Amino acid sequence: MNFEFSEDVTAMREEVKRFLTKRLPTGAVRHQIETGDAFDRELWPELAGMGWLGVAIPEAYGGAGLGHEALCMIAEEIGRALPFVPFSSSIFLAAQAILEFGSEAQKQKYLPGLADGSLIGTFALAEGAGDPSPDAVRTEFASGQLTGRKLPVFEAAAAHFAVVAARSGSGEIGLFIAGFDAEGIARETLATLDIGRPAATVTFTCVAAEALPQAGNWSAVTRLLDQAAILFAFEAVGGAQAAAAMALDYAKSRYAFGRPIAALQALKHKLADIYVATELARSNAYFGAWALEANAPELPAAAAAARISANEAFFEAAKENIQIHGGMGFTWESDCHLYYRRAKQLSGNLGSARYWRNRLIDRLMTQNQTAAA
Amino acid sequence: MDFNDTPEEAAFRAEARAFLNANAVLKSEHSRTSGSRAFNAEDVALSKAWQGKKAEAGFAGFHWPKKYGGREGTQMQAIIFAQEEEKYLVPPGIFNQGVGMALPTIMSCGTQAQIDRYARPALFGEEVWCQLFSEPAAGSDLAGLRTRGARDGDDWVVNGQKVWTSNAHFSQFAMLVARSNPDVPKHQGLTFFILDMATPGVDVRRIKQISGTSNFCEVFLTDVRIPDSQRLGAVGDGWKVAMTMLANERFTVGQAEGPDFDDIFRLAKLVMLDDAPAVNDAAVREKLVNWFCQAQGLKYTRLRMQTALSRGKTPGPEASIAKLVSATKLQEIAAFGVDLLGQAGAVMDSETAPFDAWFQNALLYAPGKRIAGGTDEILRNIIAERVLKMPADMRVDKDMPFNKIPAGPR
Repeated sequence: MNFEFSEDVTAMREEVKRFLTKRLPTGAVRHQIETGDAFDRELWPELAGMGWLGVAIPEAYGGAGLGHEALCMIAEEIGRALPFVPFSSSIFLAAQAILEFGSEAQKQKYLPGLADGSLIGTFALAEGAGDPSPDAVRTEFASGQLTGRKLPVFEAAAAHFAVVAARSGSGEIGLFIAGFDAEGIARETLATLDIGRPAATVTFTCVAAEALPQAGNWSAVTRLLDQAAILFAFEAVGGAQAAAAMALDYAKSRYAFGRPIAALQALKHKLADIYVATELARSNAYFGAWALEANAPELPAAAAAARISANEAFFEAAKENIQIHGGMGFTWESDCHLYYRRAKQLSGNLGSARYWRNRLIDRLMTQNQTAAA
Repeated sequence: MDFNDTPEEAAFRAEARAFLNANAVLKSEHSRTSGSRAFNAEDVALSKAWQGKKAEAGFAGFHWPKKYGGREGTQMQAIIFAQEEEKYLVPPGIFNQGVGMALPTIMSCGTQAQIDRYARPALFGEEVWCQLFSEPAAGSDLAGLRTRGARDGDDWVVNGQKVWTSNAHFSQFAMLVARSNPDVPKHQGLTFFILDMATPGVDVRRIKQISGTSNFCEVFLTDVRIPDSQRLGAVGDGWKVAMTMLANERFTVGQAEGPDFDDIFRLAKLVMLDDAPAVNDAAVREKLVNWFCQAQGLKYTRLRMQTALSRGKTPGPEASIAKLVSATKLQEIAAFGVDLLGQAGAVMDSETAPFDAWFQNALLYAPGKRIAGGTDEILRNIIAERVLKMPADMRVDKDMPFNKIPAGPR
């Protein structure tokens, strides 16, 4: 039995970590958003150059073909370092959708650009408040054109195209690629809770689009959500560790009542609980990584468990990190709020905790019936 | 990542299965393990025989040297055998303290004569061991123990009281820590002994727990004479020896047994709330999912530790996670199982209460799981201090002679 990342991935993690630590001063995103740009345009090609964007994209389509285990590891390191780049939208969602549901021609057309960073994609599902549901998709695809309004669409300003969920003439939900330079597109920037994840309202008015032929109904959307949920869970695990490490470092160096506050049992128990929650989340994420790589039937349950436990651990770590820092943690200059914001961004981005809980139980009920039958 | 055994592990697993198939019966699908059954004389006899059979066949003392009857095998083999044995109906394990803790400690701290005398009878199930550590006034603060051991010629004379001792009423030997010098700081004045439980002055009484069963004993020691040859380690080294032993305990304390996610999930599908199965209720789902995530998280955390073990690494204090999480989860699941039954939740009659009143029973023994083998609070301290390297708490009694430490009203 081997329930750790492969030696190759473990070795690569050291490189990834070294690069991100050296290249990104802590809280870099805070300064970058002040430039007003949609993402860090210098960093992005560097990530592409090291092969990170295409790590799970097959070599035939310009990627490194190292599989999803490697991508999970990178997701975790990105969650820790908070680079200001559209990594998750472009790679976890857009590239994954094309890889999974695209035609051969679409893969040839889009994946090499996504892998080398020259092309940035995003995913447009939500149409306002509410959880993912076929009934909530009102955007329509008819006669090769998309019409509707999506919000929020993350990294819409950085992206060249979106994979859009829309209702086709048959009434089924499908996935469609629409270029953002096409006629009929309007992007309106939205203020976001997470300053590192900009978003927009995207209005499609008779926009020319092409269907992903293998995404014929709603189950394609849920499959994409399951796969992405595991990658986002790794991002959350990375964030949880980073926030907990910040809190721990601070508690060890901050003196009060004549000793480090880390010696106080109230803080010890708090940080021990966060450590335990993060380790359980990491273990669930590992099982998710296995299910993703092996394309196992356990994928939906594994994704839900990984996502729920990672998001909970991350928010706990992020909010207690502020608490442990005291007033300092409440300032703009401290990095605490960057994790606090990211934790909440991640816990809603593919649907609420309630949505994933319901999906998990529903899934376990069907598994049980199958087992009984 | 994969879930496959290495070729060596697969071969060993096949060997273990062959032995178990030939000597035991597989459990049925819904057989219920309880964390609280008290063992009677018949259980003890069956346990001893089963231990003997395993030792004869080379399925005991996996990490023991061959010259003492062990296998000189790996920790992975011990894990694989336990995984397989768990699937069979076998007598209760009462040899953890002896085979898993006492004898490894004797092998690292004892004399050759002690090893020769005690190793094989423990391994082959002839002699059962218990642990005389905790006292009424010394639980988490074990080094504060008060049982006095005074030197008298070639003997030690021991007086005091021990408590929470599992299996004391059928053990032949005990590991005993006593205070040999009260004039020095508490950790320095302790000495470790091997006690023959048949010695005059040893009085074992069963403790009746809140569930009404008796898994634990209290042991009164009155002028108990122990020959100096039964001392383990140097005079004053008792703490060091005890720590060696507790390091071995980490390998043996696992998850709290009892109803888990699958069981509460099954109950939630059976029980009706407002004319629909309880599992459809949002509040019920919220709780079920928490326990599913914890149970899965623990399962895969264990697999990560096993991976480390199979690569030759030693598990560290991280192993505390399993006990900390599973004991609280057990208590919550038991309590919720009772809640789900509404007005009938209070019924413990095994004919009426679902699953033979499993949830009600678990509710009554779960509190003990959060205390025994390291309280929740101590486990959090261990994680904080040894894993997260947070500074140790202030200890006002650390350098004070033991007999000057304030003890509070008693």
